[in-house]
Amino acid sequence: MVGELTWRKRLFGLWLPLAGFLVVALFPFTWMAATSLKTNAELYDPKAMPLTIKHPSLVHYIDLLRETNFLVWVANTMLVAAIATGISLLLGAMLAYPLARMRFRGGALLAIAVAVTYLIPQTLLFVPMADLIGRMKLGNTLTAVMLTYPTLLVPFIAWLLMGYFKTVPKELEEQAMIDGASRWRAMTRIILPLCMPGFLSAGIFAFTLSQNEFLYALLFLSKSSVRTVPIGVVGELIRGDAFYWGQLMAGALLGSIPVALIYSFFVKYYVAGLTAGAVKG
Amino acid sequence: MSKILEASRAGALAAPARRPFRLAAFMERESVFSWLMLTPPLLFLLAFLGYPFIYGVYLSFFHKEVARAASFVGFDNFVRLYNDPIFWQAVRNTIIFTGVATVLKASGGLGMALVMNQSFKMKSFARAMLLLPFIVPTVLSTVAWQWILDPGMGLFNRLLMVSGLAERGPSWLGTPTMAMISIIMVNTWRGLPFFGISILAGLQTIPVDLHESATIDGAGTWGRFRYVTLPSLLPVILIVTTFSIVITFFDFQLVYVLTGGGPANSTHLMATYAYSLSMGAGQMGLGSAVALSMVPVLGLLLVALTFFVRKD
Repeated sequence: MVGELTWRKRLFGLWLPLAGFLVVALFPFTWMAATSLKTNAELYDPKAMPLTIKHPSLVHYIDLLRETNFLVWVANTMLVAAIATGISLLLGAMLAYPLARMRFRGGALLAIAVAVTYLIPQTLLFVPMADLIGRMKLGNTLTAVMLTYPTLLVPFIAWLLMGYFKTVPKELEEQAMIDGASRWRAMTRIILPLCMPGFLSAGIFAFTLSQNEFLYALLFLSKSSVRTVPIGVVGELIRGDAFYWGQLMAGALLGSIPVALIYSFFVKYYVAGLTAGAVKG
Repeated sequence: MSKILEASRAGALAAPARRPFRLAAFMERESVFSWLMLTPPLLFLLAFLGYPFIYGVYLSFFHKEVARAASFVGFDNFVRLYNDPIFWQAVRNTIIFTGVATVLKASGGLGMALVMNQSFKMKSFARAMLLLPFIVPTVLSTVAWQWILDPGMGLFNRLLMVSGLAERGPSWLGTPTMAMISIIMVNTWRGLPFFGISILAGLQTIPVDLHESATIDGAGTWGRFRYVTLPSLLPVILIVTTFSIVITFFDFQLVYVLTGGGPANSTHLMATYAYSLSMGAGQMGLGSAVALSMVPVLGLLLVALTFFVRKD
């Protein structure tokens, strides 16, 4: 009796709802993959079953790589994401370290100011930013997005790192300084290495956010050779009113894979970064 | 103990030798060290965040077209928006979109978290899979959704036809109401895992003995959920909800890709309307005014949220 009850509880309390959530989360990706692997004849045949593939074909992938600048976009995206993440980690750490570990006049006020900048969204800034980038003659350069992405990332990174920096006891630093180390040395040799998980979380987060960024890339990058994946796929694979769904889905899937791979390697750090604010706050 | 003494003695011995280098000692002071570290990031944020923000406020009081000189018009841009039915449509849409999507994401996320908060095989794999919609570049998954919702050959209508449920499926993005439902659905699909995983992390911090003592006091499954789980989760849910309201409120890419604000401007959010005015029509001042109007509207939404929570 009891065994049967638990079995039923497991089925309706766990397996069925879990399967439901998984199906909803994943069916768009299945649809993307199915579409990208079909020939056009099968794709647009109204009698064919939508989610099965009779004649798998790589024709859309080959066309995508041959007819468009897709690989250039991938390279641009990676380069921009890496540099924007690097700049943001450096600036974010420089902001977070004193705010988390030092006592000085204006510190508390500044910490609040950083939290507020975290809430200033791109949508409020894009009009003046477009004007600014135009006047700096940075339109259609990757520099434009490398410089503007950190504005989205630094406040978040600083806020995340502050949490990690606070967890290291102050005695460690004091001990090092008693032993004759300078503040700088105590920071670079003792405190920062202890906070590596924080840097990983922040870095993964910043990297995926930079790869996803759309609005600034849309504003600043209109030449095909400087585009990133999101903006290239939307801007060039959707040609007028005719949609090339096979190629579009191939591009969407290939563009998602690097992000998904990086994420799957570091999922632990990603979740830590995601939930840091919610749980600690 | 002796080690510390030794160390401090070493420090005391070293001090006189360091005294001539005044600059080094000056840099060791907490405030000096702090401000030296803080200056570069603060300058960066002032230049690329502070300046554009102030410039945006300034622009909203000017008539400014792309590559033309600006002329001061006072509150004229705001007056024009006040008399613009599309602007009010965009305000309504933004509030409905944010409100409905947030409620769906929060309740669905709570469900996901409760399901995931049991022990089973491959749990971390399932968690990674469930987070995928949130990870994948929004624009790319939105393009996939556009294809899912395609009226003729899209997945939804094909499934409706194949299963015999309907002769012809609805035009998911073609009518104002269906298009609003569709963008809310896609936003919920993408944002739900964020709620789910965050609430799950919150669930895992609830001590087991709280549940045990509630059971001893005679609480059933519902009683434990209502009087133990929900109150302990409230802070987490509140933070995630606030965060999500801000993000959803300022959403741009979803609507830009899925409907472009159409059909007939019926699905414009304030963000996409600001974009279409400033970049499409070249009215930088008017676009800035729309963007700036988002601040009080968001403020109202957040006040409504706190009011709602207090009342509860």
